[in-house]
Amino acid sequence: MNKLAVNIAGVEFKNPVIAASGCYGFGMDYRDFYPVERLGGISLKGMTYEVRQGNPPPRIAETPAGMLNSVGLQNPGVKAFKSSYLPAVSKLDTVIIANIAGHDLDSYAAIAAELEDTPIDMLELNISCPNVKEGGAAFGTSCDIAAAVTRAVRQKTTKPLMVKLSPNVTDIVSIAKAVEAEGADAISLINTLLGMRIDRKTRRPILKNNVGGLSGPAVFPVAVRMVWQVAGAVSVPVVGMGGISTWEDAVEMMMAGASAVQIGAAMFRDPYCPVKVIEGLERYAEEERLSSIREIVGAVRPW
Amino acid sequence: MVLQGSFPLVKITEVQPGIFDATLSAPQVAAEAQPGQFLHIGAPGFFLRRPISICGIDHKAGTLRLVFQIRGAGTRALAGAKAGCRWDVLGPVGRGFQLAGPEEEAVVVGGGIGVPPLLEAARAHRSATAFLGFASKDAVILEEDFRAAAQLTITTDDGSYGRKGLCVAPLEEYLAQHTPGVIYACGPSPMLKAVARLALQRGIPCQVSLEERMGCGVGACLGCACAIRTAAGAVVYKRVCADGPVFSAKEVVFDE
Repeated sequence: MNKLAVNIAGVEFKNPVIAASGCYGFGMDYRDFYPVERLGGISLKGMTYEVRQGNPPPRIAETPAGMLNSVGLQNPGVKAFKSSYLPAVSKLDTVIIANIAGHDLDSYAAIAAELEDTPIDMLELNISCPNVKEGGAAFGTSCDIAAAVTRAVRQKTTKPLMVKLSPNVTDIVSIAKAVEAEGADAISLINTLLGMRIDRKTRRPILKNNVGGLSGPAVFPVAVRMVWQVAGAVSVPVVGMGGISTWEDAVEMMMAGASAVQIGAAMFRDPYCPVKVIEGLERYAEEERLSSIREIVGAVRPW
Repeated sequence: MVLQGSFPLVKITEVQPGIFDATLSAPQVAAEAQPGQFLHIGAPGFFLRRPISICGIDHKAGTLRLVFQIRGAGTRALAGAKAGCRWDVLGPVGRGFQLAGPEEEAVVVGGGIGVPPLLEAARAHRSATAFLGFASKDAVILEEDFRAAAQLTITTDDGSYGRKGLCVAPLEEYLAQHTPGVIYACGPSPMLKAVARLALQRGIPCQVSLEERMGCGVGACLGCACAIRTAAGAVVYKRVCADGPVFSAKEVVFDE
């Protein structure tokens, strides 16, 4: 029996390690290193209904133990995705999650409808992108709007629906409860934390967008805390992400309450990172004599 | 095929203040490397890798030569490595120069630390002419290497070595007399823009190597964007790491 298998919202994952959206393209960029089928799943680059060119460069700034990005949802649009990328993506023997973003309720609903008759396994509703002017995080920072967009998409899709939350909020638990109440089948968190770096010589922000999303090991403790808070407050499964770069991090995140994890920025340093995490979890499950990795989900014993 | 591994430094020397000439033993990477490609190198203690262009490829010895400048704390950490230390390398990365045939008359134009990737391009041609510009005498690099591979003109901004001024000036004089088959260029954006303009005016194929702050190095993260004009006239963002770093000069949209 596969000890690493997990089930999230009715979808079977061979292991709980998923490549995070925006860090793995449409699944084809890391094939030189290992078969992408090793992964439990891939959350595809965030997609919008229309093509988006993204933000002007520079889009990347290094930080202590992490990085800022302001890519700005550059993507070919859902129709070009379906014609140019989906045929190859759908052949991959791993769970395929489409990460979708819009600029109003209608565009969120339209992209969900466009994906309804595709082999995509699951939708991840992105209401948390910090890098676009309208839309994105604007939908994830208010309970009412998060609920409304979840409702709008829920009406257009029969696919399992995961909602990805922004950490840039006062009370993430209330947002999680709001999207759960509107039919979210799972919740993923955290997206990046809004940040900024300045070049002291030019007095210019390093990012052309001035601000961008912080990811990498720097955000890991924030992510663990938020996953723990949300997992304790909702009954749908939680997928944890934010700064995971080792199997130990993955175990910690699962103990906080995550049924699976996503790995993002760590792959930029080590393309093999997700495979090493999977192998580490396999060893851990053996050594701890677990019958299933699911036994550690939420296993933290808080004081 | 991009590889990732830990490879030992054969030697590393400071050739000018803050500029280092390193030789890395990486036979598998060297076997795949093409002129104009780069390595994405992990600096100890820093989260993101540093893209550094390949200056020399020795297939027989299985080594790669990198000439790089300390630009910040990360490159300072790389420069602190000693022979025998290992670097965490991802490479070879990117699409290098589309080399014209060795019989074509080639011109290479380089500015500052943009000079190193042009060496292998110059060597790939039987007849090459190089115009290399530097800030001052103590920034001049690879003079002997280029002299062995090309007809060389050096300029410095302050006139402390070679001809005073920018390297675009002697290039323009040269192009008034000659029509090379191809121009390869790498350097600061204003220099590339000027070279591209001269080449376009004369209908000479020109390839420019770009740089940008970079994330994954494999095309996944879309961090290292550069503006490119498509055949249809639209401006789109392409990836310096995977679609470049070398682009046709006529498609690059240079900053105003």
